[in-house]
Amino acid sequence: MEILVCVKRVPDPSENEIEVNRDGTDIARDDLVYSVNEWDNYAVEEAIQIRDRLGGSVTVVSVGDEEAEEVVRREMAMGADKGILLSDDAFEGSDGRGIAAILTAQVKRGNYDLILTGTQADDGAAQVGGMLAAMLDWPFASLVNFIEVVDDKKIKVGREIAGGNQEMYEIDLPCVLSIQTGINEPRYVSIRGIRKVTSLEIPVHTAGDLGVSPESVGEAGAKTKCIDYFMPEPGDGAQILEGSTEEIIDKLIELLKAKGGIK
Amino acid sequence: MAQQVFAYIIHKDGVADDTATELIAAAGKLDPDARVTAVVAGAGSEIDSVCNEVACSFAEVWKIHTPVLAYVTAEVLRPMLVRILPKHGNVLVPHDHFGMDLAPGLSIKLDAVYLPDAVDFEGVDNGKLKAVREEYTGQVSTHVLSDISEGAVITVRPGSFKADETNSGEGNIIDKTAQAIEGGVPGGTCRFIEIVEAEVGDVDITKSDILVSVGRGIEDEDNLEMIHELAKAMGGDVSCSRPIVDAKWLEKSRQVGTSGQTVKPKVYMALGISGAFQHVGGLKGSPFVIAINKNPRAPIFQVADVGIVDDILDFIPELTERINDLKG
Repeated sequence: MEILVCVKRVPDPSENEIEVNRDGTDIARDDLVYSVNEWDNYAVEEAIQIRDRLGGSVTVVSVGDEEAEEVVRREMAMGADKGILLSDDAFEGSDGRGIAAILTAQVKRGNYDLILTGTQADDGAAQVGGMLAAMLDWPFASLVNFIEVVDDKKIKVGREIAGGNQEMYEIDLPCVLSIQTGINEPRYVSIRGIRKVTSLEIPVHTAGDLGVSPESVGEAGAKTKCIDYFMPEPGDGAQILEGSTEEIIDKLIELLKAKGGIK
Repeated sequence: MAQQVFAYIIHKDGVADDTATELIAAAGKLDPDARVTAVVAGAGSEIDSVCNEVACSFAEVWKIHTPVLAYVTAEVLRPMLVRILPKHGNVLVPHDHFGMDLAPGLSIKLDAVYLPDAVDFEGVDNGKLKAVREEYTGQVSTHVLSDISEGAVITVRPGSFKADETNSGEGNIIDKTAQAIEGGVPGGTCRFIEIVEAEVGDVDITKSDILVSVGRGIEDEDNLEMIHELAKAMGGDVSCSRPIVDAKWLEKSRQVGTSGQTVKPKVYMALGISGAFQHVGGLKGSPFVIAINKNPRAPIFQVADVGIVDDILDFIPELTERINDLKG
């Protein structure tokens, strides 16, 4: 099974508190710690497990600048066989459709049976997988939390729906699946593992290599544009308890008693 | 010029989802003069009751009625919608597990702009819609500009637009089935098999009056002990947010949220939970919410009644000790 996993480099949610920059044009990016998008990491783990059971190879691809290379390399240290970086000045400012178009061009160059993406990333849009599938005319499922390969023509897939329930499908290959967190337990990547892949070459493909016309992607092709960032309205907001820990606990216990929070 | 606005209706057991009326409100913000068409797909007598219900609040209802839609799946429905929807229409879809499956591909097939997970609309100027979205699980908001003049697919976050009850419809139901299935029933490459129901856990958190709920802020599995101790002191049950289940530290049946359990306790303690909308979506019945989080900007403080800015790992053991002292 030839599997391509699409990954994105994002600010690590467990390491950063995200704030808006001074002029509201972006989030404040100074001193952010970046990592691979959490959903994508589950997708790579799933791909590696399928390959280990059935053979084939796992390729990790990212659309981004040279800094995106570090997350591709990290996923190779996890066990992916190959890495590819899709990078071009023309790709900058792409919306979801632009990213999907760039990835579509890469998929068409290969001979993949299965494409995995994360269900969503830092912008919460949850769009690239579904768009990629539509551009390729391949079947698609999102929020995937179970995969079982039936044979080389089809797979059984579980989707997470409301209330902890799961939809089960049989899907013909090739297909695109967007992976939900919790589908597996992604393996830990050791420093030694990363060292082993530091010298491996990661090919870079540009718009020209991919045959993507520059005006169809990037800022030029974007039809949905982010114009500013702002901190959400606090709304009614919580009453924040202040004082020493002891004073706060006193107030909290009073509230808990009043509201039936202590039995 | 007013554009045609369509709202995709999610329904279950013959009843339209709450998002149906929310989409009318959203459409009204998109264009106050819009005549909104509800699109209802399904099979059997259920779909007729849904159509009759939404006809009371929409200007028009388009019905797709065929046995293959007895359980509606995105891969079957999407090509049907592409056959019936006009070019340049604006299509609103709830941003839930179904909309996430259906909508991105639908925008490609309709060659329409895609705007995902909108939480508000701030007007259309010269064909460009200014909408509000959230990024980084609600830590920051953004304004996005989308040119919707040549058609758009927009997913709308459930609960974001207040349902407009005053809207009255004309009750005109149009059967679009023939056009939808012209050329054959689609979706043969993705076959729905069954629903696997959620496993029942040892504790039914949907029946708890007091929930002590833990999130990513607990940091380590070993620290969960302090949550169990607090819950015991308070006489409540332990629940959690998604990362705790993903890490396999607690069973899925204890997860609160749209993909987990919907709970309605009297008191809800959110401990080290950031407050993503998927989590908050699982809280019903207006519980008294107490949030403790070391990040003062955590979105959970926007929905909590009372907030404490502190590290739960320091705060919880002291609180538990005090409650136990109190009870003697």
